[in-house]
Amino acid sequence: MNGHLLTLLTFSPLVGVLALLVVPRGQTALIRAIGVLATLVPLALSFVLYANFAPEGGLQFAEKVRWFSIPVGNMAFPVDYEVGVDGLSLPLVLLTTLVTAMAAAASVHVRQNLKTYFVCFLLLEVGMLGVFTSQNLFLFFLFFELTLIPMFFLISKWGYLEREKAALHFLVYNGVGSALLFLAILTLFVRVGDLSFTRVAKALTQGAPLPLLSDTLALVLFVLLVVAFGVKLPLFPFHTWMLRVHVQAPPPVVMLHSGIQLKMGAYGLLRMGVGFFPEVAAKLATLLAVWGLVNVLYGAVLALVQRDLKRVFAYSSISHMGIVLLGLAAMNATGFTGAVFQAVSHGFISALLFLLVGVIWERTGTSTVTEMGGLAKSMPVASGMLLAAAMASLGLPGMSGFISEFLAFLGLFRVQPALAAVGALGIVLAAAYLLRAVLRTTFGPTPEHLAGLRDATAVEVVPMLVLLAFIVLLGVWPAVLGDVLHHAVQTLAAALPGRIGG
Amino acid sequence: MDEAMKNVLDWNWGAMAPELVILGAATLLALLDLLLPADRDRRPLAWLGLAGILVAAFFVWRNVHAEPTHILYDMYRVDDFANAFKLVFLAGAAFALLLAVADVGPGGEASGGAKAIRDRGEYFYLFLTALLGAMMLASAADLIVLFVGLEVLVLSSYILVALRRRYLPAVEGAFKYVVNGGIASAITLYGMSFLYGLTGSTNLFAVGEGLRDAYVSGNDYLVYVAFFLLVVGVAFKIAAAPFHMWAPDVYQGAPTPVTAFLGVVSKAAGFALLLRLLLTVFLGLSNPLDGTPLLFSELSPYVGAVAAASMIIGNTVALRQTNVKRMMAYSSIAHAGYLLVPVAALTPMVFSQMVFYLVAYLFMTMGAFAVIQLVARARGSEDLRAFAGLFRRAPLLASAMTLFLLSLAGLPLTAGFIGKFYLFLSAVGREMYALAAIMVLTSVVSFVYYFAVIRQMFLRTGEEDGAAVRVPPTVGTVIALSAAGTVLLGLLPDPALDLLAHTFAFAEMFMPLTD
Repeated sequence: MNGHLLTLLTFSPLVGVLALLVVPRGQTALIRAIGVLATLVPLALSFVLYANFAPEGGLQFAEKVRWFSIPVGNMAFPVDYEVGVDGLSLPLVLLTTLVTAMAAAASVHVRQNLKTYFVCFLLLEVGMLGVFTSQNLFLFFLFFELTLIPMFFLISKWGYLEREKAALHFLVYNGVGSALLFLAILTLFVRVGDLSFTRVAKALTQGAPLPLLSDTLALVLFVLLVVAFGVKLPLFPFHTWMLRVHVQAPPPVVMLHSGIQLKMGAYGLLRMGVGFFPEVAAKLATLLAVWGLVNVLYGAVLALVQRDLKRVFAYSSISHMGIVLLGLAAMNATGFTGAVFQAVSHGFISALLFLLVGVIWERTGTSTVTEMGGLAKSMPVASGMLLAAAMASLGLPGMSGFISEFLAFLGLFRVQPALAAVGALGIVLAAAYLLRAVLRTTFGPTPEHLAGLRDATAVEVVPMLVLLAFIVLLGVWPAVLGDVLHHAVQTLAAALPGRIGG
Repeated sequence: MDEAMKNVLDWNWGAMAPELVILGAATLLALLDLLLPADRDRRPLAWLGLAGILVAAFFVWRNVHAEPTHILYDMYRVDDFANAFKLVFLAGAAFALLLAVADVGPGGEASGGAKAIRDRGEYFYLFLTALLGAMMLASAADLIVLFVGLEVLVLSSYILVALRRRYLPAVEGAFKYVVNGGIASAITLYGMSFLYGLTGSTNLFAVGEGLRDAYVSGNDYLVYVAFFLLVVGVAFKIAAAPFHMWAPDVYQGAPTPVTAFLGVVSKAAGFALLLRLLLTVFLGLSNPLDGTPLLFSELSPYVGAVAAASMIIGNTVALRQTNVKRMMAYSSIAHAGYLLVPVAALTPMVFSQMVFYLVAYLFMTMGAFAVIQLVARARGSEDLRAFAGLFRRAPLLASAMTLFLLSLAGLPLTAGFIGKFYLFLSAVGREMYALAAIMVLTSVVSFVYYFAVIRQMFLRTGEEDGAAVRVPPTVGTVIALSAAGTVLLGLLPDPALDLLAHTFAFAEMFMPLTD
């Protein structure tokens, strides 16, 4: 079974899809059960994966099958089905299965067209898992694009008032992003003649006696990748679509989007941007750091003035993704570790936050901060969770946010102390906007119509607890992620010119 | 027996078996149509035609493995270039006939004109004559045969478009088609006359040889003139910008099966013509100063410009269309642009790239038009809104349509994606980054209009909920085959790619054959 574990994991949600297709439309309880159970299978498999992963090894659970080949004259360019995980992708696989399972559980409030909803939901999971397990440019792109279609439906059919516009923005922005990615991938394919991540990285960084790419072309490709993944991350000024999605999509879908899909950008930047073009990345490190800084501050300042809880968290995401870029721009192992930590940590935290937004919306019918207040009285559990998530997000020690921000800034302080110092301002601002939003919601006088709300039910509390448990776990025992990451990050950093280790 | 007579009998007429079968079938259908009482249902004729197509396909397939042959003094050659295109034509015509049978059944084509078609045999046999023209075109090794094939194809097409003569858009479309097509034919012919004037021959290989001398001996500008005239003429035929103006009206006005036929067979024939002309006539030309091949260095940017214009105009103007068939017309203009990319890049892969994409295009376009035909009939409208709530009323149909649209948009796991990926390779390989960038970015623009249909099907609710769309078995067959083809070529492209690269001997088309 170990031989096909990853394929099994990636495509296991399809079993749920098949089961859903034969269930009659009216059987909502059964459909819901299948939907949730189908996400538990990949979750269980990813735990098996995590348990059997050897931290010191490189690529593991690798599978490779010849898929097809492109005949060119007498030669043939092979396109393989190639999957595998290393320290970089494994945490993200686990993040994906976990957040998806929690989001499936959080879909209790979805009632309309439940069957189609879960079909899209599970297809989306296949796409996201594929992005993190594929070890090949073509396959990566395929799964990357595959996430667009179910996501489009999930936003446009089950979202709020302006859902269709949001979905279209999502489609076009991400479409352009993947189009640029496609150009970069094809150019690499034509130049290197290979598609595997490891072999392309090897060929570009040390392989051939003659450089395969001119300096200009390498720069152009790097910029293409940064923009392509920058749209996903999202980086200012490519972020506008993401605000719409966060506001208009249904909460469980935002959990997936904010919790997992943004991380596809971070992953791509590390895997391809830094992995393929370490020299270019090192050369542009300052620029990237400044860009990250812009994100951190822009997101934080705008989060400060938002009146809608969803918008606060959306801008907060932009700010926190800026920290990913800061960690990356440090161009040392510490910074990279921080970046991945931040990606994973933010995945759990934002999933929790949007889960709570969904619960609150369900009761109050609003997410506007100024229309709420005193929720702690009627909804103590949900309010407590909200406060905890906010604390984690602003980086309270003992929670995952602290470790990730600490590491990212630590990495950056070594090389760009001035920029890092300014970036740390973002943390201060985060405390301000999160506490303002959360305290205004949970404390203070209760408006009359919000009195006597039902607190979070058991079904809602379970995913919250699970997410919170992982947030705390990462906070108090970071080694659980750090050990897995160590080897992959060292490899990435070792390829950088002149800045080995750290 | 005199010399000429002997030659006529000596020729290997068997090589022409596919064309002869189609010709025979068309004649038979025409005669039956004459003899049958006027009010008799003509639908059985379609089945006869279909049988003819199957027999012809069998003969073509048998020719694939045979040595290339030629008859009529190398005017007409049967090589794998021709065979591959003929198979595409035959498949496209078979699909179109299947759609046409259902079109004249109870209910008939929407928006008037249904009665006008029902008892008209020409609705069926004109597909066959058009097909014959396309097949001749693919096999032509001579300017005259090329032109005759082209005219047989387009003349049949004109009538097919005009068939619903009491339906105003049909009349308008047909009129534009005749006028524009006539101009295009004239321009093509004018271009050919330069080739003949410069070389004194109509044989494509002789023209290629002679053109080299003409080019070196100071008539180079006439060679350019010939090239541009031919490209303009062909651009009309394949509906490439800026000579695409007729397409939207023709696509909208024609009965849907005819639109599908024009979109697939006629377009593919245009590309066969383009490749045959460019490659046999212009490929050998080289600049006497530095010896660089002319077609690569100097002429390919112009083809690239036409490709770019088609992609940009097709994809952006499609955004504003509310009539689905009009939208598909602009989509087809955009696809002509994509297909011109490998012609501009001109690597040895050009043949397999083009045929692979045309096969993919055949499946996704035929499938899409089949669904459009059913929806338009059920709703009595070709407006985008006719698709509203289709997923509720006919989930399978809506899913199939989604598949075709995703494939047309070039999203993964579909034939369209692999096809586009394959087309891209040559552009990037020859470092034509601008062309590649235009191709990917305009593809993203195309998401918007393809998804507009998807949005109607899934997100809107139709007025008459519950009324199921009736799917006649013939149309159902087309949709099922198209869906299977779209998925199969997307998931397992290897057999097709391999077949194109290794079974079809593309290089044969460059070898002149002598008696």
